[in-house]
Amino acid sequence: MVIATAAAADAVHAVAGLPLKAEADNLRFYYGDFQGLKGVSMKLYANKVTALIGPSGCGKSTFLRCFNRMHDLYPGNRYEGEIRLHPDNVNILGRSVDPIEVRMRIGMVFQKPNPFPKSIYDNVAYGLRVRGMKNKAHLDDKVEEALRSAALWEEVKGRLPELAFNLSGGQQQRLCIARALATDPELLLFDEPTSALDPIATASIEELMTELKRRVTILIVTHNMQQAARVSDFTAYMYLGELIEFGDTDQIFIKPMKKETEDYITGRFG
Amino acid sequence: MRIAQPTAVPAVGPQQMQALVAAGRRNQLAFAIIGLACTMFAVLVLLAAFLDLLFDGLPRLSWDFMTSFPSRRAADAGILSAWVGSALVMLVTMLSAVPIGIGAAVYLEEYGGKNWLTDLIEINVTNLAGVPSIVYGLLALGLFVYQFGFGESILTAGLTLALLILPVVIVASREALRAVPGNIREAAYALGATRWQMISGHLLPYSRGGILTGIILGMAEAIGQTAPLIAIGALTFIAFLPPPPLVETAPFISLDWLWAEFTVLPIQMFNWVSRPDRAFQANAAAAGIILLAMCLLMNALAIYIRYQVRKKIKW
Amino acid sequence: MTPAIPRSLQHKWSRNIKERLIELLLLGFGLVAVFTTVAITAILVFESLGFFEHVSLWDFLTGTVWTPLFADPKYGILPLVSATLTVTAIALAVAIPMGTIIAIYLSEFAPHPLREAIKPALEMIQAVPTIVFGYFALLFVTPLLQATILPNLPGFNMLVAGLVIGVATIPTIASLSEDAMRAVPMNMREGAYAVGANKLRVALTVVMPAAVSGVVAAYVLAAARAIGETMIVAIAAGLNANFSFNPMEGAATLTAYIAQVSIGDLPHGSVGYRSIFAAGLMLLILTLVLNVIGHLLRRRYRNAY
Repeated sequence: MVIATAAAADAVHAVAGLPLKAEADNLRFYYGDFQGLKGVSMKLYANKVTALIGPSGCGKSTFLRCFNRMHDLYPGNRYEGEIRLHPDNVNILGRSVDPIEVRMRIGMVFQKPNPFPKSIYDNVAYGLRVRGMKNKAHLDDKVEEALRSAALWEEVKGRLPELAFNLSGGQQQRLCIARALATDPELLLFDEPTSALDPIATASIEELMTELKRRVTILIVTHNMQQAARVSDFTAYMYLGELIEFGDTDQIFIKPMKKETEDYITGRFG
Repeated sequence: MRIAQPTAVPAVGPQQMQALVAAGRRNQLAFAIIGLACTMFAVLVLLAAFLDLLFDGLPRLSWDFMTSFPSRRAADAGILSAWVGSALVMLVTMLSAVPIGIGAAVYLEEYGGKNWLTDLIEINVTNLAGVPSIVYGLLALGLFVYQFGFGESILTAGLTLALLILPVVIVASREALRAVPGNIREAAYALGATRWQMISGHLLPYSRGGILTGIILGMAEAIGQTAPLIAIGALTFIAFLPPPPLVETAPFISLDWLWAEFTVLPIQMFNWVSRPDRAFQANAAAAGIILLAMCLLMNALAIYIRYQVRKKIKW
Repeated sequence: MTPAIPRSLQHKWSRNIKERLIELLLLGFGLVAVFTTVAITAILVFESLGFFEHVSLWDFLTGTVWTPLFADPKYGILPLVSATLTVTAIALAVAIPMGTIIAIYLSEFAPHPLREAIKPALEMIQAVPTIVFGYFALLFVTPLLQATILPNLPGFNMLVAGLVIGVATIPTIASLSEDAMRAVPMNMREGAYAVGANKLRVALTVVMPAAVSGVVAAYVLAAARAIGETMIVAIAAGLNANFSFNPMEGAATLTAYIAQVSIGDLPHGSVGYRSIFAAGLMLLILTLVLNVIGHLLRRRYRNAY
C-alpha cells in the first residue's frame, strides 16, 4: 500500500502492488525567473504507459524533459525537488548525478523526427557506439533487434547503408524509436511523437507503444486526447504548471474527479 | 507484429559506463582548451603584428613626418603626398561608389522582379566579390588608363576602388533596406506616394544606419588597397601635391587634381618596405601605423553605428 | 453605358515619366556590376589574345621558365602556378585546422559572453590591410624563424608568406563554418544528447557532418582568397619566378608577377605588358572556378535547413 502525501492526496491515486519505475516528488522548474512547474508529484509505474495531457503551455513537455535532464543543455534553467528512479531510488536531478549517465538509461523520442545525417544502420548503432560497443557482430544483432522492435526491420533490412533522410516521415520516426531502443533504456519518453505524422503512421506508432511497454516503461506527452485514451494505462492532466489530476486512464476519461479535468476532456476549453 | 525481447548481451556494465563518461569529459575539456588556444593564437598573431608595427614605426611618427614629401634620404622622408593622395582618392571613390551602390541596391530590392535581369545583376555582384583585387587593377589599366585615356590619375584610382568596393556597399545596403518592414512601405503607398517618393522619403531615411555602415566598411577596405593601384602604375616617386581643388580665378573650382599623378599610403609603405635600409623600413612602419589606425577606426565606427541602429530601431 | 473616367483618377503623364526615368537610372546603376564583369573579361581576353599571337598556348601552359623581361624571353607559366599553389597549400594547412576548430569551439562550446568577445577580434584580423601583414611577414616572422628554428631560411621564402596568409584567412573559415554549424537545428543535437552523447561527440559526429557542405564551402572560398592575395606574397616571397614547390625558397606567384611588372616600365602593347593580362586571366579562371563551387555548396546547405 503506497501512502500519498497529504498535499498530493487528491491528485495521485496509489495503486497497490504495481512496481514503480520513477516518481516525481514536489518537482519545481524555473526558466530564469519564470516558474514552469509548480510542485508536481507523480508516480510512473513500471511497464505501463503514462500519458500527460493538457492545453498548450501547461508544462507537460517541460515535465517530460526533466526526466532526461534535457533542460541542462540550455543556460538559465533550474530544478528543485526530486525525480527518483527505481530500483536505485536515486534522485536523477541531483547535482552529483551526471546528466549523461541519466540519458544512458532514459531514452527520448522527439516531436519532429530527427535522424542523423548518417545511414540507417549508423543511426541505430549511434547510442551503442557511444557506450563503447565496437564488435561488429554485436552491433549487427542489436541494430536488427532494435529495428524489429520498432517494426521497421522488414522495410529497411535490405537498405541499411542508405541515408536515413531517404525514409518517409513515419519511417523516420520509427527509426528514431529504434535508435532509442537500441540501448535498452529503462524508461522511454515520447514528446508528441505523432503530431508531425499522417494518420496511418500515427496508428502504427500507437500500436508499437502498446507492444513496447512489455519491455520498457513509457511516458508520453500528447495534445491528442483520443490518443491518450487509446494507448495509455494512466493519464495525468496538467494545467499551468500544476498536476491537476492523475489516475487510471479509463477512470479519468469516463469519470474524472476534478471539474477542471472534466472541462478539458469535454472540450469546454483548451 | 513480433517485438523481440532484449538479448542477453549487455551493452556495457555500470563500471565501464562511468569510465566512458569520465573519459568523455576529459576529451571535452581537452578540446575546449585546444579551441581556446587556437583562438588565442590567432589574436596573438594580430597583436604581434600591431606591436611590431608600433615598435618599429612609432619613433618615426612626428609632425615632420606627416608634412614632408618622400625623399631619397630616409630621415627626411614623409608621407605628405601619400596621405593627401589617399584622401583625394577616397573622395572620388566615395562619390562614385555611394550613388551607384545604393542605387543598385534600391533597384534590386524595390524594383527588380523575379526575372533573368535581376538574377544576372545579383550573380554578377556575388561574382565580383570574389575577384582578386589585382584583377581590378588590370581592368583599370586596360579600361581607364588606356581605353578612356584617364591615365595614371586620381580619377582612375578612385573609380577602380569604387568598383572594387561596390559589392560590399550593395550587399550592406540591401540588408539595410530589407530590414525595413513591409508595412512602412504600404503606409506610404496608402497615402498616395509614388514608388520613388516612398523610397526617398521613407525607405532610405529609415535604412540610412545600415547603409552608412556598409559605406564605411567599403571605405575601410578601399583605403588599405595596394595591389590594384600598383597595377595602374601608381608606384612612382611622387614628391609633389596634386593641384588644389580651389583656385583664385573664376570659376573658383578646379578639377585638374583629378587628372594628377598620385601616391597613396599603402603604396608609399610598399615602396619603403622594399628597401633593405633599416631607416626606410622604420618609415614604412610609421606609415603603416597611420594606415592601420584609420582602418581600425573606420571599422570601429561602422560597428558602433550598427550597434546603435540595432538598439534604437524596434519595429 | 460606362461613365467616363474623371480627370482626378486618370494616369498622370509627367509623374509616370519621372518614375520611369528614375527606375531606368537605378537599373543602370545595377548594370554597372554586369558591365564590370564584362569589362574585366573583355580586357583580359583581348590582351591575352594579343599575347598568344606571340606565344604558343602549349608553351605557356607547360613551360617551366618564366622570364618575359629577358632578352630571350620565355613564357612558361608553371613557375608562377607552382608558387601560387605552394603558398596556398601552406596557408590552407594553417587556416583549415585552426579555423575549423575555432568554428566548432565558438558554435558548440564557448559561452555566450566569450563568443561575443571573440567574434569582433576575429573580424579585426580581416580588417587589417594585407600590406601590414606583408610588412609583418618580411620583417618579423622571417627573422624570427631565422633566429630560432630555421637558420638557413632565405629572406624571401614561400613558407612565411603561406603562414601569414594562413593566419589572415582563419577568420574567413571560422566565421563561414560557424554559420554553417549554427544552422544545424537544435532538434538534431537533442537527438544525439538523448542517447547519452557528450558535447564533443555531438559536435564531431552530428553537427559537423550535418554542416559539411557549408564547411567545405568555407574552405573553397578561403582557397580562392589565398590564391588572389598579392601584397603578402609580393613582399615576403619575393618577385623572382622560380619553378619550385620548396617552401624554403622565394618565388613569385601569379599575383606577385603582375605587381612586379606594373612597378616597372613596360611599353603599352608589348608582349611583356600583355603577359600580365595572360597571368591575370589564369588567376581569374582559378578563383572563379573555386568561387562558383563554394557558392553552389553554400546554397546546398542553406536549402537543407
